[in-house]
Amino acid sequence: MNDPTVTPHTVMAVKRHTLATRVWHWVTVVTMFIMIGSGIGILKAHPRLYWGRYGANFDTAWTTLDQWPGWVVTLLNLLTIPASYNLAISRRWHLLFALVLSFALLGFMIVSLINRHFQRDLRVRAAELSPREVAHDVKEHLAFRFHDPKRPGAYNILQKLSYVATIFVLIPVMILTGLAMSPNMDAAWPWLLEIFGGRQSARSIHFIAATGLVLFIIAHLALVILAGAWNEVRSMITGRWAVPEDVA
Amino acid sequence: MSSLITRRALVAGATIGTGALLTGCDKIAANPEARKILFMGEDMNRGLQRALTNRNALVPEFSPAQMSPIFRSNGTRDPGTPGYTAMVANNFADYRLKVGGLVDRPLSVTLPQLRQMPSRTQITRHDCVEGWSAIGKWRGPKLGALLSAAGLQSTARYIVFTCADLYRGTPYYESIDLIDAFHPQTILAWALNDRVLDVAHGAPVRLRVERQLGYKHAKYVMAIDAVASLAGIGKGKGGYWEDNVDYDWYAGI
Repeated sequence: MNDPTVTPHTVMAVKRHTLATRVWHWVTVVTMFIMIGSGIGILKAHPRLYWGRYGANFDTAWTTLDQWPGWVVTLLNLLTIPASYNLAISRRWHLLFALVLSFALLGFMIVSLINRHFQRDLRVRAAELSPREVAHDVKEHLAFRFHDPKRPGAYNILQKLSYVATIFVLIPVMILTGLAMSPNMDAAWPWLLEIFGGRQSARSIHFIAATGLVLFIIAHLALVILAGAWNEVRSMITGRWAVPEDVA
Repeated sequence: MSSLITRRALVAGATIGTGALLTGCDKIAANPEARKILFMGEDMNRGLQRALTNRNALVPEFSPAQMSPIFRSNGTRDPGTPGYTAMVANNFADYRLKVGGLVDRPLSVTLPQLRQMPSRTQITRHDCVEGWSAIGKWRGPKLGALLSAAGLQSTARYIVFTCADLYRGTPYYESIDLIDAFHPQTILAWALNDRVLDVAHGAPVRLRVERQLGYKHAKYVMAIDAVASLAGIGKGKGGYWEDNVDYDWYAGI
């Protein structure tokens, strides 16, 4: 965001993402892919979700896999790790990469507080949340204008809110509800069960938050493509981001 | 517009990439070396949990109002072997729980003797590896008390349970370490929900090892052996499912 440099083609470029952000981003991309795929595999072992402390076949489920549309089930089948049902191997993938996801997020959070990425780029200011500002940003998005000409490198409010929700709410909820499903963790940290209202509620919230993450990923990918796929992907690999011509 | 081609290429690339990654994951899981890394997660999770949490922590216990209306059974619902069926017909009068291996005083315990031991009653949650949970009331003596009565030798590291139900022709077996074996909530349950344990739930005796998943809770327990290593048990991984379908031996998560 600082240090604009001028290239021979007079394209304004800025250093957009620090190394820490880029490394965490790609580690999380691979990890999310594995967690979603193996998570679907585990879900298939008992594709019924309940509220409360207990829940099994004789209890009332609020949703079951056979109530879901066919295309959803087809999509889930396509993404399952491993491809043919194997609960043990799904769990191996899931529980190893749960550690990667958790410790990568922890490291990213610490570094981003130290290098002030969170404070500088993700801090939501009260003024940005005014209905007028948010409505304006929605309109800009619908017109496919994603950058403020005055501060092209800054995140807009919808972007900030979605990143904040993902980093500080969705992924931590995934981790905590995941831990709440561990019988040993429930003995050690019984508050895990209290905050989610029981193990089966935690399991339900785990899948709801996972759905939230999938929706984030879809919106994120769509906006990367609309904002200029190559420039955006490059900025997450090399850090260098060219200011789009319409705002430069 | 060149950016359109880029977008198309990106979407196509992402689709091919996803497919390649998925196939890649299955190839990794099939490769013996990569499998070792994949399977390291179990030791990492066990190590972290044992290091960061209290080894003696008790699982939450519930009130009678919080119990599952129906406690479903799972795994073997009736061993059905001639020997077991004869024991059921005889109301387990001939049942003897053998406690042996690395102990000073091998035991042979009858069911009335087991029921006369000081018992613990606990309403706890049973979590199946598949994802469901059921809350029930269990009663039985602490495993630790039985092991102490038998005099565990200092070389003993694991406790192995051998059961009356057969899987692929051999008795079901499971094992736990001494941390869980001497945990106060680890009991040999002979009653469920204030009734004598029925055949579907593991009569006459089943293990409750509350901080682990259901497949560790051996049903129809016939013999308990203290061992120094799991190497000689089954294929060496400590349990039927561990040996045959790669379930984690440490099922605390």
